[in-house]
Amino acid sequence: MEITVKIFRYNPETDTRGNYVTYKIEGDENDRVLDVLEYIKGMRDGTLAFRRSCAHGVCGSDAMRINGRNMLACKTLVRDVGANITVEPILGLRIVNDLIVDMEPFFDNYKKMLPYFINESPLPEDGRERLQTVEDRARFDETTKCILCACCTTSCPSYWANGEYYGPAAIVTAHRFIFDSRDEAADERLQILAETDGVARCHTAYNCTEACPREIKVTKAIGEVKMAMMTGKV
Amino acid sequence: MANVHQFDVVVVGAGGAGLMAGLYASRNAKTAVISKLYPTRSHTGAAQGGISAALGNYEEDKPEWHMYDTVKGSDYLGDQDAIEFMCNEAIDAVLELEHMGLPFDRTPEGRISQRPFGGHTNNETGKPVRRAAHAADRTGHMILQTLYQQCLKNNVNFFDEYQALDFITVNGKTAGVMAVNIATGELHTIHAKSVIFATGGHGRIFEVTSNAYAYTGDGAAILLRHGIPLEDMEFFQFHPTGIYKLGILITEGVRGEGGVLINGKGERFMPKYAPTVKDLASRDVVSRAIYTEIKEGRGVNGKNYVYLDIRPETVNKFAVEDGRTNPDGSKYNLTAEQVLQKLPDIIDFCRVYLGIDPVTQMMPIQPTAHYTMGGIPTNKYGQVVIDDKNTVFPGLYAAGECACVSVHGGNRLGTNSLLDLVVFGKHAGLKAAEYAKTADFEKLPDNPLAESQARFESLKNGSGKENVFNLSTELKNAMFNDVGIYRNEKDMQSALNKVRELKARFKDVAVKDTGKVFNTELLNAWELGNLLDVAEVVAMSALNRKESRGGHSREDFPERDDKNWLKHTLVWNKDGKLEIGYKAVTITKYQPKARVY
Repeated sequence: MEITVKIFRYNPETDTRGNYVTYKIEGDENDRVLDVLEYIKGMRDGTLAFRRSCAHGVCGSDAMRINGRNMLACKTLVRDVGANITVEPILGLRIVNDLIVDMEPFFDNYKKMLPYFINESPLPEDGRERLQTVEDRARFDETTKCILCACCTTSCPSYWANGEYYGPAAIVTAHRFIFDSRDEAADERLQILAETDGVARCHTAYNCTEACPREIKVTKAIGEVKMAMMTGKV
Repeated sequence: MANVHQFDVVVVGAGGAGLMAGLYASRNAKTAVISKLYPTRSHTGAAQGGISAALGNYEEDKPEWHMYDTVKGSDYLGDQDAIEFMCNEAIDAVLELEHMGLPFDRTPEGRISQRPFGGHTNNETGKPVRRAAHAADRTGHMILQTLYQQCLKNNVNFFDEYQALDFITVNGKTAGVMAVNIATGELHTIHAKSVIFATGGHGRIFEVTSNAYAYTGDGAAILLRHGIPLEDMEFFQFHPTGIYKLGILITEGVRGEGGVLINGKGERFMPKYAPTVKDLASRDVVSRAIYTEIKEGRGVNGKNYVYLDIRPETVNKFAVEDGRTNPDGSKYNLTAEQVLQKLPDIIDFCRVYLGIDPVTQMMPIQPTAHYTMGGIPTNKYGQVVIDDKNTVFPGLYAAGECACVSVHGGNRLGTNSLLDLVVFGKHAGLKAAEYAKTADFEKLPDNPLAESQARFESLKNGSGKENVFNLSTELKNAMFNDVGIYRNEKDMQSALNKVRELKARFKDVAVKDTGKVFNTELLNAWELGNLLDVAEVVAMSALNRKESRGGHSREDFPERDDKNWLKHTLVWNKDGKLEIGYKAVTITKYQPKARVY
């Protein structure tokens, strides 16, 4: 089948603004959008720039806007989006080259969440694992799936309006630790998220939940953080 | 000289091994980790089923059994001192990950949950044992995240999206690495006393692979050019269950939970090939069985695939036949809900890429190129050793998939890769920091950039007759078809000739992108150069080994030949020409015997 792909192009060294270039290629409905981009880069225009690595939706490199929605190019098939495809960079982060954006602000927000396990209590005397019930483990299962692709954060209208907002992905990371029964720094993280640029900026648009390629119920997780903040109970 | 940085230790690569090395080295030395990807994008994150350790959380298990299983799995090519070391360290390694916060699934008692995996057995009964500690089917993802997080907590210095281009060596000693900042195109010299390569494998030499685009053998290729040998490169693992055509991995954990392989006639075929452990035999055994079924006309619809079946009714039927019970002796009964809970990513992959639901439908699968058993030769402390006498190269270390310790020998057991990363990443980090304490910085050469610049220039200035995409496709096809699961002299010679032809044609590539910012065309071309160099070593090593062992199965030499071939292959690049040598296998406790599952 013929696939028509309209791609946002921006060369930072020569262009003052971006433009769209349309490519027509032969492909298959089972091709990933990433396969289509690889083919265009390989056979039509080597200068096309995008990130990718695992090619099956687990590394989080290739988040982009496909027909107006944030998706992973490797986890989106042509049959899901049709033969007319528009591909653009995710919104809210500086465009660096074509489909590549500057991820530093995104990771900076992640790093503000104390994104690591904190437990300064002594280990069990037998040196074995800290115990955790199946139920306690289940409380934060979903937020451990996050691959930091930024699909959620860059689909959030509050983030577009104010880039200082930590954003859904950072809150998902905080959630993963706040609700881990073994972790001891929930209060510190809740304090961070109680700041102006924390969860107060979430207006439950649900774009994040829709955008998440890992099917994390992001808005629900943010809601759980808000509730913990209000009740003081995790 | 602009852009010169100085660190005691520099780690190249930020997957499980690189992060573990970085974490440990940074405790005792000024350390940097450079990675061509953001660390959380590394391919460790794609590992699914588990990490093995004889924790015995469900049933009796011991490190000695783990050791024997690994030796047997390696088809007796693994070095037994290193295997024993790894299996003894396994329990503490997995517990350390838990102490770092890794969210393992839990047993009803709140301990780390474990599942059966191929080749891991109770040595007394021969039956599968629950040894693979897991976090659903994203264990690698959780290891990668946890280690990255711990590195942040411990203020490890990261150079994200820096591609290492060259190793700097002076007078036979380590002096650092060269790298390009991908975002700016600027070359950087990282002056270091110790360098640890943790750059992963090279599965992208094959057409159907579970490996990431990033898996281009960079570390192995860079060191090969500097006269460091590569070991046992003929041994490449084909994982039995990749999604048909796409090669995306379907974890062995599916079979660990009771899934079975079914041929085109609707028959479960593994009992024919492995009467005791059946679908949980070693990966090389299962991949050959699938290939044999297909070759003998029992693929599905005459095509190159068979089915993997995790539908609860199938699983429960065969559980009764196999006498499989729960750890407490009660009847094994898998429910649809448990499948969703234990294998969420697998369900997701099948829905997205195949449009099927594994709870009610069978998954079409074929073997997929998965894991590099060979690599940069090291001892069990991660020190790179450069000859048959295991002479250490001062200041140079390797760990993880790019290294060959060798704990996997001819065939790696599932879950031992994650264990390998954690154990040897740690020891490489410790040793590298220890070396840096006593060593001085070598004086940098006058122009350490020269080699990298020359490579880039030649990629930009070729005639333009050839194209990276086409060369890469030809390489992958030749390697997959002719140096695949079953091999023979004629096909391998043809593949080797093809790789050499492609290396010659590679000189006619001309990168058109003249930009500095994220010039991915230039980097992809550079990576193809690595793939070609590594593929030549793989094809040549395979052609040279005239026996069948582990993942190396020859139609023309179908038997293992311990008399002539119980030895490691070493291949050196001597002025552009490859030379082959050998190294003895370390055998301590287990003499080679016939390998039956």
